[in-house]
Amino acid sequence: MTAVMWFEGYWDGMKAEVGGKAASLGEMTGAGLPVPPGFALTTTAFRASRDACDLDATLARLLYELDVNDMAMVSERCEAIRQEIRAMPIDPIAEQALRSAYEELGRRCNTVDVPVAVRSSATSEDSPDASFAGEHDTYLWVRGADNVVDAVRRCWASLFTDRATCYRVEMGYEHRSVEMSVVVQKMVRPIAAGVAFTLNPADGDRSTVAIDSAWGFGEGVVSGEITPDNYLVDKVLFEISKRKVSRKEVEFRLSDHDTVEKVELDDERGSAPSVTDAQLKSIARLARTAEKHYRCPQDIEWAVDADLLDGVNIVLLQARPETVWSKKVPTPSAGAAHGDMMSSIVSTLMNPLSSRST
Amino acid sequence: MADRFPSPFDIPTPEGAEGWQDMYVYSSLFSEARHDYEDSLFWFQDGVHWPQVLTPWDATFFEFALASLSQYNTRHLQVPPANGIAFRILNGYGYLTPVPADPEQIEARVANFMDRAGFYFMNWDDLYDKWMVKIRGLVQELEAVNFDPLPEIEDADEVVKSGSGLGSGYRIQENYRTLIDLGLKLWNYHFEFLNLGYAAYLDFFGFCKTAFPNIPDLAIAKMVAGVEVDLFRPDEELKRLARLAVDSGVADAFASGDVDTTCQILKGSSAGEAWIASFQESAEPWFNFSTGSGFYHADKIWIENVEVPFGFISNYIGKLREGDDLARPMEAIRAERDRMVNEYSELLLTDEDREAFNGKLGLARVVFPYVENHNFYVEHWSHSVIWRKMRQLGEVFVKEGFWADANDIFYLKRTEVEDALWDYYVSWATPEPAAGPGRWPAIVKKRQDICAALAKWKPAPALGVPPEVITEPFTVMLWGITSESTKAWLGGGEGADGELRGMAASAGVVEGIARVILTPDQIGEMQQGEILVAPLTAPSWAPIFGKIQATVTDTGGMMSHAAIVCREYGLPAVTGTGFATATIKTGQRIRVDGSNGVVTLLD
Repeated sequence: MTAVMWFEGYWDGMKAEVGGKAASLGEMTGAGLPVPPGFALTTTAFRASRDACDLDATLARLLYELDVNDMAMVSERCEAIRQEIRAMPIDPIAEQALRSAYEELGRRCNTVDVPVAVRSSATSEDSPDASFAGEHDTYLWVRGADNVVDAVRRCWASLFTDRATCYRVEMGYEHRSVEMSVVVQKMVRPIAAGVAFTLNPADGDRSTVAIDSAWGFGEGVVSGEITPDNYLVDKVLFEISKRKVSRKEVEFRLSDHDTVEKVELDDERGSAPSVTDAQLKSIARLARTAEKHYRCPQDIEWAVDADLLDGVNIVLLQARPETVWSKKVPTPSAGAAHGDMMSSIVSTLMNPLSSRST
Repeated sequence: MADRFPSPFDIPTPEGAEGWQDMYVYSSLFSEARHDYEDSLFWFQDGVHWPQVLTPWDATFFEFALASLSQYNTRHLQVPPANGIAFRILNGYGYLTPVPADPEQIEARVANFMDRAGFYFMNWDDLYDKWMVKIRGLVQELEAVNFDPLPEIEDADEVVKSGSGLGSGYRIQENYRTLIDLGLKLWNYHFEFLNLGYAAYLDFFGFCKTAFPNIPDLAIAKMVAGVEVDLFRPDEELKRLARLAVDSGVADAFASGDVDTTCQILKGSSAGEAWIASFQESAEPWFNFSTGSGFYHADKIWIENVEVPFGFISNYIGKLREGDDLARPMEAIRAERDRMVNEYSELLLTDEDREAFNGKLGLARVVFPYVENHNFYVEHWSHSVIWRKMRQLGEVFVKEGFWADANDIFYLKRTEVEDALWDYYVSWATPEPAAGPGRWPAIVKKRQDICAALAKWKPAPALGVPPEVITEPFTVMLWGITSESTKAWLGGGEGADGELRGMAASAGVVEGIARVILTPDQIGEMQQGEILVAPLTAPSWAPIFGKIQATVTDTGGMMSHAAIVCREYGLPAVTGTGFATATIKTGQRIRVDGSNGVVTLLD
């Protein structure tokens, strides 16, 4: 039984076993897009556990003649199913694999009881994953193997949220056809975080990665609450062609009880660059890799993780297509407009760059 | 901040340098005759080529070079917006100003330029092949020039009975005139291609900057740069000889660090003899290489100062023994160049752009070997021969008592040498005592004192009124003079927070201890891991680049020889800072950011 799949071990044939979310994380890891490290507990583990305690019989009983218009009935029966699953023992081989993998993740992150996100990654033969998006549970800042095991069962149980259950009934899908894989992924504890565009938003320059960065979590950068440090990095040589370090007034950082708090920064930290040159180059490489992988300009969120070693501590949190410049119809550059070489050379001599406005 | 630099007419003569004007031809001086004209212009000191005081004869190449450059822009090619570069000498230092073309003539010039420059671009390879033949022929002609003392009586067969009718007295004067003529010819050849090379490069540069506004200048330079370049050949020959010494078991001969001892040991074995023969093979022509810019008679030339190449070879032997193979990773360099071109090309948005990019890159690569290589053939090889011949002539005069040292001849103007030769010739023909021995020693002494006084004067980087924007393309590219750099000079160079700004000539950031090197003679003082701070660097300093961490210069642009070599050796470099040698002290910790053109003084 393959109960655990590390992200880096993913290949296309595994998608059915790990679900859409885990597959996408695996695919990104394989493409050199370093998402925070982690693994998936496969549907095999779910099936083995389900079959061992004869969940099908329970389902058959509790879902018999379920009236989806009777909200009280739906709520009562689904809660009963979820309780059943939350109490269900995990197949012992799968549970051992889960606990070992969690321990290994802790070693990789140099952290005992490493905080993780435990996320549902549903899979179904009948319907595209998108139908289930947001229907299932996610648990953040889970620490310790027992809590991870418990969170996994809760994710399984979330297959039978009221809405997901009604949806399947309405669509005529077999309840047995949906299976659940669970993603266990390191929670990022960012030293610094921010966004990166694979073009310069100021002028559309495609040879440039524009990076905004601030201390701590990226919320302040995304919301605009913090004036971030701003850098331009060349995509080919990975030279930093522009740097503007700003006075950063606050930092969003992790409190002792795993919540995000806003902290005022003193002059020294507030005025210091929030990323090193080496980190900038890694972020730019990451952004460029994402752009090449998705074949269009990207707008990414990234973080420098405090628990990972230098060199592998830049993680990708999100990648989505850039939408402003990408929509413009490309026109040839001014320099390409001159028909012949001599006219172009004359024009260059007559309008040297140093006199052009920049 | 002042809005102009001092007027050339307000610069005082340094103490002890009174009468310096007599060392130069009147037309190279600022003068009352052209007061208003000269005072209205912006002059910058050309520290890229002439960072030191010009002795009277050394002013020859300064004048030949600038006149030839000007002639090509103005009269041959009709570069549409740019006439020549006017030049003056002030307190012994060379100052330049670009002369713009009359706007009304530009249209007519465009047509001429398209025709003339177009012809060169179309036929570049053929014309460049011809150039190589011309330049090698010119060196042969220079080598054939000889200055021997005039004989007691002429040879009966060769001179008298041959019917030539001309004797040694005529020949020695003819030879000097030939040497001067070949010098001017050399500089005409130098500029036959150079500005066209720059123009094609600038066109590609401009295209890249339009398509990718934030592309580093360096990336553009790297896509164009050649992989095998004659300018690096002398250094390659040193490495080859170091390898040969190790492989043939004669490397220990270099342990003493003394040339005579080394040679003696080498001559004691057949392997050593073979090594010497191999050295001599490399030496012609590759060690006709100046430790300076090649523009000064005092710059050491490897072939005449064997301790210089021997020292470098000895260093390389040390590195080989430490396991360094000294090889330039040609394949890796080529592959990286191809990767860059492919990536930038891929990032262009339209096929038209890609076509233009490829076309312009193609032309830039056709023309660029000239830009990279000419320096060896002109400033190093040909000049080395000329300096050698001049010293030979100087020695003839020493025997006649005109002055004490062969190098004293460089304290005469080039026209004064003709006068002295005439004097010598007449005194030989008559015979009677020459007037020279009673005249020249005092003049030479006085001028040596003046030059010493001028050497202590730190030339102002610029004079006169800077233009709003500096647009002359060659000035920007070759000398690194930009609107920003002139502003920085007006502000005194150093920013509020101990920063110097210049050209980001070669990428990378390092911190280390600075060593200020003012003349080529000092380069031996560089210690492992230090940062070189110099008025400029010469290509022949390359062998110490394995020792140093970074380079900072007072002068020079992206395409100055120093910048080309620094990129080749992967050393961070900031060029054209204006004030580095005046601001930074040896032993000071500095940070050199060659990616952004910033030097920070850390203590």
